[in-house]
Amino acid sequence: MDKFTTLTGIAAPMPLVNIDTDMIIPKQFLKTIQRSGLGKNLFDEMRYTQDGAEIADFVLNQPSYRQAQIIVAGDNFGCGSSREHAPWALLDFGIRCVISTSFADIFFNNCFKNGILPIVMPQEVVDVLMEDAKKGGNARMTVDLETQTVTTSDGQSFGFEVDAFRKHCLMNGLDDIGLTLEKAAAIDSFEARAKVARPWA
Amino acid sequence: MTAPRTLYDKIWDDHVVHQAEDGTCLLYIDRHLVHEVTSPQAFEGLRMTGRKVRAPEKTIAVPDHNVPTTLDRAKGIENEESRIQVEALDKNARDFGVNYYPVSDIRQGIVHIVGPEQGWTLPGMTVVCGDSHTATHGAFGALAHGIGTSEVEHVLATQTLIQKKSKNMKVEITGSLRPGVTAKDITMAVIGATGTAGGTGYVIEYCGQAIRELSMEGRMTVCNMAIEGGARAGLIAPDEKTFAYCMGRPHAPKGAAWEAAVSYWKTLFTDEGAHFDKVVTLKGEDIAPLVTWGTSPEDVLPITATVPSPADFTGGKVEAVQRALDYMGLTPGQKLSDIAIDTVFIGSCTNGRIEDLRAAAEVVKGKKIKVKRAMVVPGSGLVRAQAEEEGLAQIFIDAGFEWRLAGCSMCLAMNPDQLAPGERCAATSNRNFEGRQGRGGRTHLVSPAMAAAAALTGHLTDVRELMAETV
Repeated sequence: MDKFTTLTGIAAPMPLVNIDTDMIIPKQFLKTIQRSGLGKNLFDEMRYTQDGAEIADFVLNQPSYRQAQIIVAGDNFGCGSSREHAPWALLDFGIRCVISTSFADIFFNNCFKNGILPIVMPQEVVDVLMEDAKKGGNARMTVDLETQTVTTSDGQSFGFEVDAFRKHCLMNGLDDIGLTLEKAAAIDSFEARAKVARPWA
Repeated sequence: MTAPRTLYDKIWDDHVVHQAEDGTCLLYIDRHLVHEVTSPQAFEGLRMTGRKVRAPEKTIAVPDHNVPTTLDRAKGIENEESRIQVEALDKNARDFGVNYYPVSDIRQGIVHIVGPEQGWTLPGMTVVCGDSHTATHGAFGALAHGIGTSEVEHVLATQTLIQKKSKNMKVEITGSLRPGVTAKDITMAVIGATGTAGGTGYVIEYCGQAIRELSMEGRMTVCNMAIEGGARAGLIAPDEKTFAYCMGRPHAPKGAAWEAAVSYWKTLFTDEGAHFDKVVTLKGEDIAPLVTWGTSPEDVLPITATVPSPADFTGGKVEAVQRALDYMGLTPGQKLSDIAIDTVFIGSCTNGRIEDLRAAAEVVKGKKIKVKRAMVVPGSGLVRAQAEEEGLAQIFIDAGFEWRLAGCSMCLAMNPDQLAPGERCAATSNRNFEGRQGRGGRTHLVSPAMAAAAALTGHLTDVRELMAETV
């Protein structure tokens, strides 16, 4: 997993609420057995017509936003299925940070496993960031995970909360499984206890 | 004397392997269900790091999303990518030695139907799967939720998950349901009341008389859609119905172990005075047969209502409703019961169990469909066999339904069962998202009885009217 420390980039505005995982990556692209290569199909049905032509007014097709690395989104982003293909597709496109008023739980978790930072902000801050994102390709937003701040292109800064353990893993690009395997003895002893207490499990 | 605890608190406490100072826990996982779509990258990760599956005996795999449900499926999967994905699961199950129900096995079916059916899912367990509808298993008083593929790999390698505890939410359904109203209507009513983000950050415990009166099948339907309300999991405290359902299942404990298990399971309830962070109460009598009109499960109304207008909403929902109405091809003020239906889909992990098929067959019996196509896709090979034995299959076939083999099918349309652009479907599944059942397809979520009613009339229909006819 790539580290996440600071990011300065173009933010794409997607004010629609309830952007679900079927929109982010439709099911026909879940048949892959790889993690990579999904970026071209990110938001596929919003981004392309049935015959594969680009839909010009979709935000990521606009020249200003083709290089976006941040999405500022409406409420409840990532609702729906558990498919990790959603963050894989975002990452493959180049998105490293999504900012919204809320995220669906599984999507939120999945982001951290892939070096993507999901940031929850109150509505009034998301409104300011959405306006900043609408300025297009000449505006740059900065996300600093160390100081936990987002700074708009005109210098307004907003703090955000992030779980300390997840921050540590993101900043150092750590692999969860490696960390957990260090606790193998604790897992062994839990299993030994459970075998007595709940042998049917 | 310990402080009063919720059911969620109790299951959580019994599975904590390690707790860090910041509250992050390593939680032990009793059952890991696996399907072909969200697992190949996880198994590949194990291979690349030389890791094994820590507890293959607690890992259960079954292909369901990609499998064809047509009667000729023994000839193999035509779509190459789908075939590769199912073959990858065959190979991974074999290489890593996990429990496996291949496509050719009569016990094959939708993972969330197979788990309970085979007795893998038991009260008080932690159950995960790379699938959001893992919430289904909460009906047994098991803490069950969906995980991503990285977490699938984590559970395969360590039999644990890194978790922070969610908050407790109580959803109480008081009183009894009226005739024609089902578990599906309860779960959609709750989402209608709380919104699709209303449960975010919570584990829901469903309780109250109407929940207690549901069968295990109905309880699974309710918990299945907890995720559609944004909750991490849904739970229902186990009771005699739960024990009766589990007893004698292939992987349920037997003899003295059964007795010990039941005495533990009887401790799994929320203590008097335990704290809930959020409480929602609905009256069972007030719930009507429901349908969705939009592209989010929260876009739900009684069948007697009319299509709303964007002006009825505020904030970001105004734009979303306009977009939904355009997508669905609906006009504000139109009666929901006037909406013509092309296709009816009965099945899925929400409503593909035997009781769902019984409810639909009761409505359909002796009548003919008026829609272009209607299909029943049983949730497992065993549900299919039982429905045939009970004569339900013949009722559906006589009425003009296609009688399919088990799988996820048109719920998410990863196999050939898909809607064409503009095709309108009454579906017993769980998501009405844009494109969910096929690009441009229009989904109305309903109960099995309501889906059957729509099949007979060719439009969304209040099943209570058909019931009145037969009385």
